[in-house]
Amino acid sequence: MRGRKLSRRHVLQGSAALAVGTVFASAVRAQAPEPVAITPALVEAAKKEGRLIFYSSMDLPVGEKLGKAFEAVFPGVTIQIERSGSERLFQRINQEFASNIRAADIVNSSDASHFISWKKNGWLMPFVPEDVAKYFPENCRDPDGMFAISRMWLSSIAYNTNLVKPEDAPKSFADLLDVKWAGKMVKAHPAYSGTIMTATFQMVRELGWEYMEKLAKQRVMQVQSSTDPPKKLSLGERAVMADGNEYGIVLLKEAGQPVEPVYPTEGTPTISGPTGIFRTAQHPNAAKLFQAWLHTRETQQFFVDFSAQYSVHAQVQSKPGQRKISDIKLMKEDAEGVEKMTEEIKTRYARLFRV
Amino acid sequence: MTTTTDNPKTRLDLTRPILWLFAAFMIVLIVLPLSWLMVFAFTDKARHPTLQNFVTLFTDPAFLDPLLTTAIIATTSAVICCLVAAPIGWLVSRTDMPGRQLIRALVTASFVTPPFLGAVAWELLAAPNSGMLNQLYRHLTGAEDPLFDIYSLTGLIFVISCYTFPFVFVLVANALDNMPGELEDASAILGGKAWTTARRVTIPLALPALVAGALIAFLQAMTLFGSPAILALPAGFHTMTTKIWSLFQYPPKLELAAAAAVPLLVLTILLLQGQKFLLGRRGYSVLGGKYGPPRPIEMGLWRWAALAFCLLVLLNPVFLPYFALLNAAFSPNATTLVTPSTATLHNVVFVFTELSSTQLALKNTVILGASTATIGTILALVVAYVTTRRVIASHRMLGFLATAPVAVPGIVLGVGLFLSYTRPPFVLYGTLWILLLAFLTINLPSAYQQLQAAFATIHPELEDASRILGATRLQSLRQITAPLLRTGVIATWCFIFIGVMRELSAAIVLFTSQTKVLSVLIYDLNESGDLAAISVLGIAMLVITFTVVLAVNRIPMFGGGAAARLRNG
Repeated sequence: MRGRKLSRRHVLQGSAALAVGTVFASAVRAQAPEPVAITPALVEAAKKEGRLIFYSSMDLPVGEKLGKAFEAVFPGVTIQIERSGSERLFQRINQEFASNIRAADIVNSSDASHFISWKKNGWLMPFVPEDVAKYFPENCRDPDGMFAISRMWLSSIAYNTNLVKPEDAPKSFADLLDVKWAGKMVKAHPAYSGTIMTATFQMVRELGWEYMEKLAKQRVMQVQSSTDPPKKLSLGERAVMADGNEYGIVLLKEAGQPVEPVYPTEGTPTISGPTGIFRTAQHPNAAKLFQAWLHTRETQQFFVDFSAQYSVHAQVQSKPGQRKISDIKLMKEDAEGVEKMTEEIKTRYARLFRV
Repeated sequence: MTTTTDNPKTRLDLTRPILWLFAAFMIVLIVLPLSWLMVFAFTDKARHPTLQNFVTLFTDPAFLDPLLTTAIIATTSAVICCLVAAPIGWLVSRTDMPGRQLIRALVTASFVTPPFLGAVAWELLAAPNSGMLNQLYRHLTGAEDPLFDIYSLTGLIFVISCYTFPFVFVLVANALDNMPGELEDASAILGGKAWTTARRVTIPLALPALVAGALIAFLQAMTLFGSPAILALPAGFHTMTTKIWSLFQYPPKLELAAAAAVPLLVLTILLLQGQKFLLGRRGYSVLGGKYGPPRPIEMGLWRWAALAFCLLVLLNPVFLPYFALLNAAFSPNATTLVTPSTATLHNVVFVFTELSSTQLALKNTVILGASTATIGTILALVVAYVTTRRVIASHRMLGFLATAPVAVPGIVLGVGLFLSYTRPPFVLYGTLWILLLAFLTINLPSAYQQLQAAFATIHPELEDASRILGATRLQSLRQITAPLLRTGVIATWCFIFIGVMRELSAAIVLFTSQTKVLSVLIYDLNESGDLAAISVLGIAMLVITFTVVLAVNRIPMFGGGAAARLRNG
């Protein structure tokens, strides 16, 4: 309850800035290094390195399009995108660091709590792009300059318009417990997807584990990535998506696929995806260049326009035609809460859904 | 028979040192990761000895259910594979059925198809609602309920069998191919009717191959990771491999994972013992100094029915899945039938120009495939020679070492290797070397079985003759045995190459962003539901595999090459 009120109060803060509640509450500030602009020297240094390895959980076509856009602006730096679910990336990064492998230069996770852990480990490099310092709300960037929230999106409900009439469509999470949806839903997995980990945390906080217990009895098709349910929905494999990326639904709908998002009356789980550079990056300048470029107004606007996600950059306009986030009732994000509950969510979820 | 010490000449016989070198290599290859697994299975996080992992395992339904499911899957698949592979093998090898070469090629095609790719293709075909076959069924009958549900235990067993039966087929067909016609002729001359000949001669001679095939099918089905991960998880159940994989989620529970591998290991050892018991001590070498080709059985009009049967069976692993993949590759919507007006190159362009991991994964996969196949063939050849000819006292141990990895699910071997090679003196994680070791170990058992079977059919008298005439062991190997083994060696090389392309379970634990292989890339794409990209990559993967396999089969004098390798080894 408390979370919902907070999220509404925070919805619009400043011009176009979208607030998420206090993702990274921290009293201490101003230890961050001086903001850095994209200078010819940085571009040169990045080109000398020639490569960049970006770990990300973004929907693959979205991530690759972002990568191609970067390569087009800075020819000579090729970007390799390692796409996987954020929880899986987290595991791999831990595994790689434990073995002294420094493959990842820069990472964008859909589970913001991962950055708490990485920061604690001292794995992140402080770096503040000029735009982040100037235009990002304080609660959307790390006070020590280790990361900033590069994108925001929702995990919503959705349905296939060929299989479900709008009037019959579920309006709330509670509606999904109706027996008529048994065997007809698809959802993603919190042990794979950071989006779903974050969303599950918010749903459990607002609706209780009893809700998940009842949902588990609905014979839900269990996929892994939060980017998969929209695709299963558009194929018509299942009629209703119980959770998954809302931006995937919006993009598919734009492409003429028979899908429609539903923003549940209880509130829609909100996810923020921070990006940060690893201290051990093998291509530190390319990583800095990418980090700086990613958070400029132009890139953030481009990203919002083509990926149907949201930006916290103060100067970015919301995507024309897309439902305004201020019109949607949101659940509040709480990265620290997620960090505390990660193991419990994985264990209880596996027990309920049997996978 | 084991006459290593009675060479009258003083010429240096390098056999023993070379063999000991191989034995040492095998010990490092197999014993090291297995030891680490055992250590983890029987200790707690502080490495204090405990049996707690097993208590957890055997009291928690979350572990027992997958164990039971896995046993059901492996048994059922093995039976189905034998039922399908034995008749097709016999038809192809011993009858005048038309199109025998075609059927062989198609079985090879199903073998070349990685099981995880087959599983994705069957998702496209038989997902309960969007699957093309179910769409067609609904369209034709107006029914509401789906005809097939690939996300089920039955669906999983079906898909696993589709890509496991070639293992049985290869063994059965080879055994029948190598069986001298004289034996059956003799039976016929002595008045044996067709059935009597089959019962008294053909079946007993083919039995070892069938039993070995059933065993391999069982073990394949038991240790497979990709197909269950793709089909069982959406259906809401685990197999042992997916359960073990889930234990690697952060924070990893490696002790439990290692302990969970132990029942699989025990089961395999029992099976191997059972095989020995079944086949007894009877000798089966039939390829002696002189033999005649098998005589094809005339089937009359039945031969067309037989061909139809074979094609019908091959609809499942080959025609339908390939059709589904091709359709998805060029369709804007993976399970909508593509028409000339809707056909698109978008997916192809995406995979080859936008997807940033494609090039790297292609390169890594081909490098690993070729090197593993070459090294693995040499290794399997030597071990098979030593064990069939009992060259050294410890030949049994060597044979056991070569077979042991079959008991270890790739995913668990992956962890074993991970534990072994992430610390000095051998830091291999993050390099292609660790994947090479993994692929080598995983493919060794079947390569060894195959070459051992090939050796077993060549009577040692041929080598003995050469040795009596003064040749060293290596010389007689090179001049006598190697040429006779040529087909087996080529087959084994291809077998391993294909095995590497198919391998997912160890790679999924051991890869890093720089050592990604195609199978991992495809698996990742499946987890995010990018079916069209998978289809394009899958087709590319199949094209590469077929090209390599065909090329290798066309290299002239491959036998000579194999002998040269042996000499260098």
